[in-house]
Amino acid sequence: MKSAVIVFPASNCDRDMIVALEKITGHKPHIIWHQDEEIPDADLIALPGGFSFGDYLRCGAMAARSPAIQKVIEHANRGGNVIGICNGFQVLTETGLLPGALMRNKSLKFICKDVNLKVENNDTAFTNAYGQGQVITIPMAHHDGNYFADDETLKELEDDGRIAFRYVDKAGQATAEANPNGSRNNIAGIINRRKNILGMMPHPERLIEDAQGGIDGLGFFESMINAIN
Amino acid sequence: MTWNNNVEITDALVKEHGLSDDEYALCLKILGRTPTLTELGIFSVMWSEHCSYKSSKKHLKTLPTKAPWVIHGPGENAGVIDIGDNQAIIFKMESHNHPSYIEPYQGAATGVGGILRDVFTMGARPIANMNALRFGSPDHAKTKHLLSGVVEGIGGYGNCVGVPTVGGETNFHPSYDGNILVNAMNVGLADQDKIFLSAAAGIGNPVIYVGSKTGRDGIHGATMASAEFTEDTEEKRPTVQVGDPFTEKLLIEACLELMSTDMVVAIQDMGAAGLTSSSVEMASGGGVGFDFNLDMIPQREEGMTPYEMMLSESQERMLIVLKPGREAEAKAIFDKWDLDFAVIGKITETGNLTLRFKGEVVADIPTQPLADNSPEYDRPWVKTPARAFLKPEDVAAPADMKQALLKMIGSPDLCSRDWIWQQYDHQVMADTIQKPGGDAAVVRVHGTEKAVAISTDCTPRYCYADPVEGGKQAVVETWRNLTAVGATPLAITDCLNFGNPERPEIMGQFVGCIEGMKEACIILDYPVVSGNVSLYNETNGTGIHPTPAIGGVGLFTDSSKMVTIAPQKEGEVLILVGETKGHLGVSLYLDIMEGREEGAPPPVDLLLEKKNGDFVRAQINAENIAACHDISDGGLYVALAEMAMASEMGMAVTLDYENVPQHAFAFGEDQARYILSVPADKADAILSKAKAEGVVCANIGRVGGKDFEVNGMSSISVSELLTTHQGWMKDYMGLE
Amino acid sequence: MKARVHITLKNGVLDPQGKAIQHALTALDFGGVDDVRQGKYIELDLAETDREKALASVEDMCKKLLSNTVIENYVIEIE
Repeated sequence: MKSAVIVFPASNCDRDMIVALEKITGHKPHIIWHQDEEIPDADLIALPGGFSFGDYLRCGAMAARSPAIQKVIEHANRGGNVIGICNGFQVLTETGLLPGALMRNKSLKFICKDVNLKVENNDTAFTNAYGQGQVITIPMAHHDGNYFADDETLKELEDDGRIAFRYVDKAGQATAEANPNGSRNNIAGIINRRKNILGMMPHPERLIEDAQGGIDGLGFFESMINAIN
Repeated sequence: MTWNNNVEITDALVKEHGLSDDEYALCLKILGRTPTLTELGIFSVMWSEHCSYKSSKKHLKTLPTKAPWVIHGPGENAGVIDIGDNQAIIFKMESHNHPSYIEPYQGAATGVGGILRDVFTMGARPIANMNALRFGSPDHAKTKHLLSGVVEGIGGYGNCVGVPTVGGETNFHPSYDGNILVNAMNVGLADQDKIFLSAAAGIGNPVIYVGSKTGRDGIHGATMASAEFTEDTEEKRPTVQVGDPFTEKLLIEACLELMSTDMVVAIQDMGAAGLTSSSVEMASGGGVGFDFNLDMIPQREEGMTPYEMMLSESQERMLIVLKPGREAEAKAIFDKWDLDFAVIGKITETGNLTLRFKGEVVADIPTQPLADNSPEYDRPWVKTPARAFLKPEDVAAPADMKQALLKMIGSPDLCSRDWIWQQYDHQVMADTIQKPGGDAAVVRVHGTEKAVAISTDCTPRYCYADPVEGGKQAVVETWRNLTAVGATPLAITDCLNFGNPERPEIMGQFVGCIEGMKEACIILDYPVVSGNVSLYNETNGTGIHPTPAIGGVGLFTDSSKMVTIAPQKEGEVLILVGETKGHLGVSLYLDIMEGREEGAPPPVDLLLEKKNGDFVRAQINAENIAACHDISDGGLYVALAEMAMASEMGMAVTLDYENVPQHAFAFGEDQARYILSVPADKADAILSKAKAEGVVCANIGRVGGKDFEVNGMSSISVSELLTTHQGWMKDYMGLE
Repeated sequence: MKARVHITLKNGVLDPQGKAIQHALTALDFGGVDDVRQGKYIELDLAETDREKALASVEDMCKKLLSNTVIENYVIEIE
C-alpha cells in the first residue's frame, strides 16, 4: 500500500502517522508539504493531527484552503482513499469532503484520555479488521471534537451505516457519560457516501505497540491494507 | 517622534532602573562616561537579579555540577548529559511565577514557550514537558481562577507545539496565596555532534534575527521612562507577554532544519531581557563585539525606540550567527516556515555591543565587563532555627482509620490530578510509555530501546521547617521516583523559588536548601546541570515557603524493564522496603487531620537512600518486580491505596504495629521507603537477597480481590477509594 | 474601505462557550440574562472603494474562509 501524509504548518501528529504507516505497511509514506501542488501516486492520503495554522480562525479552516488539499479533493473524487485523524478530520469537514463540523468540546477543555469506541460498521476500508460491534480503546486528545451535523445529515449517516466509530462505555453502550465531548449521537468517526474517506477524532496511530499501552489501533491500519492490496 | 536617547540621566532615573549607587558607579567606570538612556536600560536588565543571579551565585557555585556523563553543566541555555550512542539529553526548568499570577493563561503559556526555546536552541528536539505548580489555599478567592488558567495555558501551548506534557506536581498551601509558582521543565533529545552553543565567533559574520516581530511586550523599566520620550504614553503602555505556540512550533521546525545544515556558528533564544541578554551573552561568550542596525529589527508596532527594542520580551524570537555568505540559504528555510528573517548586523572585533538607530549610535557598551563584572552579593543570612522532633504519641490518633485514609486521599494535596492531566496532550509523539500519575514519567528515545524517566519534586513544608533536610529531600525524592520506575538517575535541574533575599532569614532558607541539595547530589552522584533562581516571591512582607523544585532525569538502556505503580496480577506479594518509624512532623497527616504544621521534617539518611534505592533498581532491572511505588507524601497507607487504585485490584496487608502507633505507621513520612509488588514465586529470593545486603524488607501482604484491607482498619472497596480520590478536584473545579 | 464581519453560531447549534458565559454572569449576580451567544468579530481594511464590490468580495471571503456555513452565520458591515 502506497501512502502519503500531508504536513501543514503546526501539524504535530505527522511523525506519529508516518511511523505507524511505515511500520504497518512496510513502506515509507510520501511526505507532502501543504504548498505542494503535486501528490505522488498513492493508495491512501492521510491528514494528520495537530494544530494546523495554530487552529486560528477555526480548526482546520486554513489548512482546508491549501494547495495540497485541492489535490486531495481530486484524489478523493477519483475514488482514492483518504483518512483524517483529529485535526485531519476537522480539515475534511472544512473542505466539505465529510459532512458536519467539529465544535469546541462541551466541557470547553482540551481532553486527552483513552476512550472506548464501538466499531459501528466493520464493512468499510477502514474497519474491516475489527469485529462488528467490537469495543476498542483508542486515545483522544483534542479541544474541538464535538461533532455537529443537522438532523437530516445525522439521519443519513445513521441510515447508511456511515458512522464508523461511536464513543461508548466499557459495555458498548453509547451513554451520555461515555460521550467525552458532546458529539451528537456519540459520533467519533464517520465516512463519506462513497465510503473512501474517513474522519475520526481519536488517534489509532498512538496505540500500535504494547509499550504504548495497547495495540487496538493496529486494526485500523490493517483494515486499509486488506482493502487496498 | 520626540524620542531622545540623550536625556539627562538623573539619580531618580537610575534608581527607577533598580541600580544601586555602587552598581551605577561601576557602570560609569565600564563606560568611562555617562550612559545613554538605552545603555542605562541595558545595564539595568543585565544586572537585575533575574539575569545576573547577584544574590544567589555565590552559593550556586557550591553545587556539584560534574560527572563523567555531564557534557554541559550550568552556564549554557540548558544542561546536557550523555545517554550513549552519540545521543544527548538536554533539559532545564525555569520559573514564570509573577507573570502567571498577573495573567495565568498567558503567564504559564509563555513559561512553557521559554523553556522550550532554551532546549531547542541547543539543537535538541523537545520530547517532554513537565511542570511544578504551587497554588494558594483552595479556599483563597483567586486559587480556582489561577489553577484553571495556568493549567489551560500550559496545555494550550504544549498541546499546540506537539510536545507531550507528561506530568509534574501540583500542591496547595496558603503561603502561595499571593504568589503562585509556575515552574516549567523541558527535556530534549540531540545528537552529541550537533549541540549548539551561544558563543559568537568569526569577525564579520552576519547576525540574524528570526521568529516573531518585536513589540512592546513586558518592558518593565520602560514604564516610567516612556513618559519622558513619547507623546502618546497610553498607547505605549507595556503589555502582558502573549504566547504564540503556532509560531513557536514553526520556529522549532525551522531552527532544527537550519541546524541540520552546517551554516550555524552560534544560536541563542531571546528570553528574559530579550535582545539585550541574548546579544550580550553571545558576544561576551565569544569575546567579540556586535554591531547592530536596529532599523532592521522586525517590528510589530510603529515608532519603537531602541530602548524598547532592546528591552522587549516579545516571545518566539532567536538570534543566530551564520557562517558568511549563507544568508540566502538560511533565509529560504525561514521563508518556507513563514517566519521573519532579518540580517541585523555583524560581528566586530571591538568587543562592544554597538547599536545604531536612524544613523545614530545609541549605545556602545563593552560586553565583557558588562557580563563578567556583574555585581555579586554575599547577603547576610541567619540559620533557620531547628525545630523539635514531634513524637508520634503527641499526635492524636484518628477516631476511625478508614475515614482518615479516605480524607487523606481525597484531600487537595493527595487527590487525583486527572482533571489537570487530561488537559495536557501527554501522548503526542507516541513515545510516552509511562503516563502522568506514576512515580516518574517515561518517554522513549525515539527509535531506540532507550527511554528517559523524568520527575519533578519538592516538599516545601519540609524546606520551611528545616531548609537543609528539605533541600536534601527534594533531590532525594526525584532520585527515588526515578528509581521506582527502574531508571538510573543521572542529573537534575533546579528551580529555586524563594522570598526576598535581602531578609536574612529568607537568605538563610536559601543557603540551607543549597547545602542540603549539595550533600544529596554528592552522595547520590547526581549533579546539577542547569537551573534558575526566582527570588522576591512574596506579598506584603510574607515570603512563600522555600521551594527548591527539582527536576530529575534518569535513563533506561532497555525501556522494556520499566515498571509502574500498578500491581499486575492477583496473588503478587507486597514487600515493604525500608524502616517505618512513624515520623509525623510536618507530615500531610498532621496538616490534613489536625491543621498543624509543626515539628521537624523526617531526616534524610543519604547513604540509606542510596542503599535501598540501588537494591530496588537492581531488582527491577533483574525483572523480579511487577510494580513499585516510592513512599512519600501521606505515608504508607496512601502509597498502598495508590497502588490498589492504579491496578483496580484490592490487597490484603498485615502490618506489625508493635513499636509504632498505628496512625504513625500508616501516615508517617519516613524516607528511603518503597513498596514492591512481586510475583509470589520470587518473593523469598528477594527477601533473602535484601537480608544479605542489609536492606530492611518485609512481606506485608498480597494483591487480590476488590477490597483494600489492612489490619486495624475497616475494609474499603477499591471503587470507594477511586471515587473519593477522583472527587475533590472535579468538584472544586465544577466539572460537569 | 473598512469591513466589519460578525460571525455567530446558527440558531440550533449548541454554543457551549455562550452557555459558560451565561453561567458566569449568573454567578456574578447579573440576573435576567436569558441567553448568550458568542462569536467572532473580524475587521478588514480594504483597498476597494466601491461599496457594492467590497460587499460582494467580503461575502465571498465569508463563504470561502471566514465562516463555516455548516454551523455559522455572518453579518457584514461596510463603511
